[in-house]
Amino acid sequence: MEEKVCVCQEEDYGALEKAIETNRGNAGALIQVLHTAQESLGYVPRKAQEMIAEGLNVSLAEIYGVVTFYSLFSLKPKGRVQVNCCQGTACYVRGAPKVLERLQRELGISPGDTTDDREFSLEVVRCLGACGLAPVLTVNEDTHARIKADRVSALLERYRKPESN
Amino acid sequence: MALVTLTIDRKKVQVESGTTILEAAQQAGIKIPTLCYLEDVNVVGSCRICVVEVKGARTLQAACVTPVGEGMEISTNSAPVRKARRLNLELILSDHPFECLTCVRNQHCELQDLTAEMGIRESRFEGERVERPVDSSTPSIVRDPEKCILCRRCIAVCEHVQGVSAIGLNERGMETTVGPAFGDKLQEAACTMCGQCTLVCPVGALTEKEYVDDVWAVLSDPEKHVVVQTAPAIRVSIGEAFGLDVGEVSTGKLVAALRALGFDRVFDTDFTADLTIMEEGHELIDRIQSGGVLPMFTSCSPGWIKFIEHFYPELLPNLSTCKSPQQMFGALAKTFYAEKAGIDPASIVVVSIMPCTAKKFEAQRPEMNSSGYQDVDYVLTTRELGRMIAEAGIDFRSLEEEDYDAPLGMSTGAAVIFGATGGVMEAALRTAYEVLTGDELPGLDFEPVRGLQGIKEAEVDVAGTTVKVAVSHGLSNARELMERIKSGEADWHFVEIMCCPGGCIGGGGQPIPTNTETRQQRIGGIYQADKDLALRKSHDNPAVKELYEEYLEKPLGHKSHELLHTHYTARGRFTDKAEDKAEDKAKDVASDAD
Repeated sequence: MEEKVCVCQEEDYGALEKAIETNRGNAGALIQVLHTAQESLGYVPRKAQEMIAEGLNVSLAEIYGVVTFYSLFSLKPKGRVQVNCCQGTACYVRGAPKVLERLQRELGISPGDTTDDREFSLEVVRCLGACGLAPVLTVNEDTHARIKADRVSALLERYRKPESN
Repeated sequence: MALVTLTIDRKKVQVESGTTILEAAQQAGIKIPTLCYLEDVNVVGSCRICVVEVKGARTLQAACVTPVGEGMEISTNSAPVRKARRLNLELILSDHPFECLTCVRNQHCELQDLTAEMGIRESRFEGERVERPVDSSTPSIVRDPEKCILCRRCIAVCEHVQGVSAIGLNERGMETTVGPAFGDKLQEAACTMCGQCTLVCPVGALTEKEYVDDVWAVLSDPEKHVVVQTAPAIRVSIGEAFGLDVGEVSTGKLVAALRALGFDRVFDTDFTADLTIMEEGHELIDRIQSGGVLPMFTSCSPGWIKFIEHFYPELLPNLSTCKSPQQMFGALAKTFYAEKAGIDPASIVVVSIMPCTAKKFEAQRPEMNSSGYQDVDYVLTTRELGRMIAEAGIDFRSLEEEDYDAPLGMSTGAAVIFGATGGVMEAALRTAYEVLTGDELPGLDFEPVRGLQGIKEAEVDVAGTTVKVAVSHGLSNARELMERIKSGEADWHFVEIMCCPGGCIGGGGQPIPTNTETRQQRIGGIYQADKDLALRKSHDNPAVKELYEEYLEKPLGHKSHELLHTHYTARGRFTDKAEDKAEDKAKDVASDAD
């Protein structure tokens, strides 16, 4: 087992504060500011939503509605490394369930969750539009084609922080 | 404005450009069914019930959001239109609980009406159901998300009319649900409890919390002495539940019905409305003369009180310390009246009939116990009283008119007009003028503060001093006033704010439908009732005079402060959660003004 990494350090709201300041009172900038929150914090917690509500003069009800509508935003922290495993029809018939099962075992989390050290998040997606490469997974910006369950462990290894291993 | 000519159901129609198909059809006397649509408030085209066929268009169009075009040929009832409408309705019904018989909106439900109109005879689709618990966390409003059809009217009225946004549309797809952010309960959200959402909900997803059974229980308890008070706005709206004309003044029948229900004494909140004017009028004079915090805000409307506590706590010192008439009544019923009648206050139960859901919350505020008991025990809305009268089998329309009991049943026209926007201001001016000048007021009607305009301003010359006043109704207008005050551009002395559009006659506990038309008709009834009374100024109320002589001594006196005045609580802008309250306690604004 990996050593426990402390994640209780202060979250850095600097980028969000800056984005709010630039867009003060501008309700139209909501999505943009939410992106900043998601990227800089890894999620959009209540505190961030209240800050945005105050700064952009948008109701908390509306912000929460937007955050829960778009899958780009999450209420739970996302990991540094985002793994999306396709379970669309083509991937499915070519063995994607086995890949997903291995991912869950290797990471110790279910789809929708994040590892305790906030390194990895796992998500199931329905078709990435690359059926010819099935089964497909994306890891952050990278797309990996024709994944076999046996290759999952080595693949994840490439994304782990050197010191955490 | 340019005119557009089109045909609707082969009928030639000419309307202004920018008109929607729905409006054009209405003007031509053609009915297009709607469900999510709410004039001026919610125009989103989400339910797809109002679809029509537009010749040349690839798909059916939602009439409520589609503007007319020159030469358009529209069919509102062709076979494809009827088929699509029925299908859309069946899909809405597919995840709606079929609990109509026991639903509070049974026979007053827009979804039910539409289902009947469209002749739906079976439920073809067994839709997937998402189980969601009922939220009955507040003393005022109950949310049943399983009955919700996602029309968004409640969200629209909360955001646009009230400027509160306590609820929104959360999640997506099958998970979509209406509610406060983060799945909070309504009690935890910054909700004013105004109940405007319960007026616009087409189904039974948002309703008042009912206390009918509790009231039946105390009425049949021989140990209890049950007194009832009726708010000014009830007399012009209760008749609607029994088919009387909207706005018809039915004070005498209301009293008779309450007596028939078994209340031991039938009193009037109007009595304490007159008393409020005595206290609040003197508080205003005191603030003006002694350099107190101005402008002073009226404090009768509990939805407004909760609004300012959440969103403008820095302005709480501007709020009159007077309790609302409902709470003044409760405090006096269990002290003054108990003593006078020789009844143990512990056995007195005070029931209020209010046009308001926020009054239920107000009655349960922890500080509202200056009699040593909870001052007001149960608050029923106009709608709940209507149900009780119906349940008891009382033929409301043929009741002989009766009078209120003494002494808490005596009132003046100044108290009746508390029920309409501008009324508290007008009543206060009637009294302040005469108290300050010692002269009789030349004309009683202050027209500039009457009517449905959102914000009304006036200047009144009182004994050589120009008193500047403002009046607003609907909390989004209150928000505008607060912003103007904060920016320093306003120099009013006295500001009347009522939470609900039109004032209490448009309150969240009033009969459904409550819309601009019914509001206007009820306002008409209010001013008629005022005109019909011999006494129209609060300081002329003989029972109020007697109360001061026998018991309170003088306005703003020691006993008044104990029983009739209160303090307010700063609350969070986003939440009313218990943990925030502990923090806010430290910020409690004790704003007793002397």
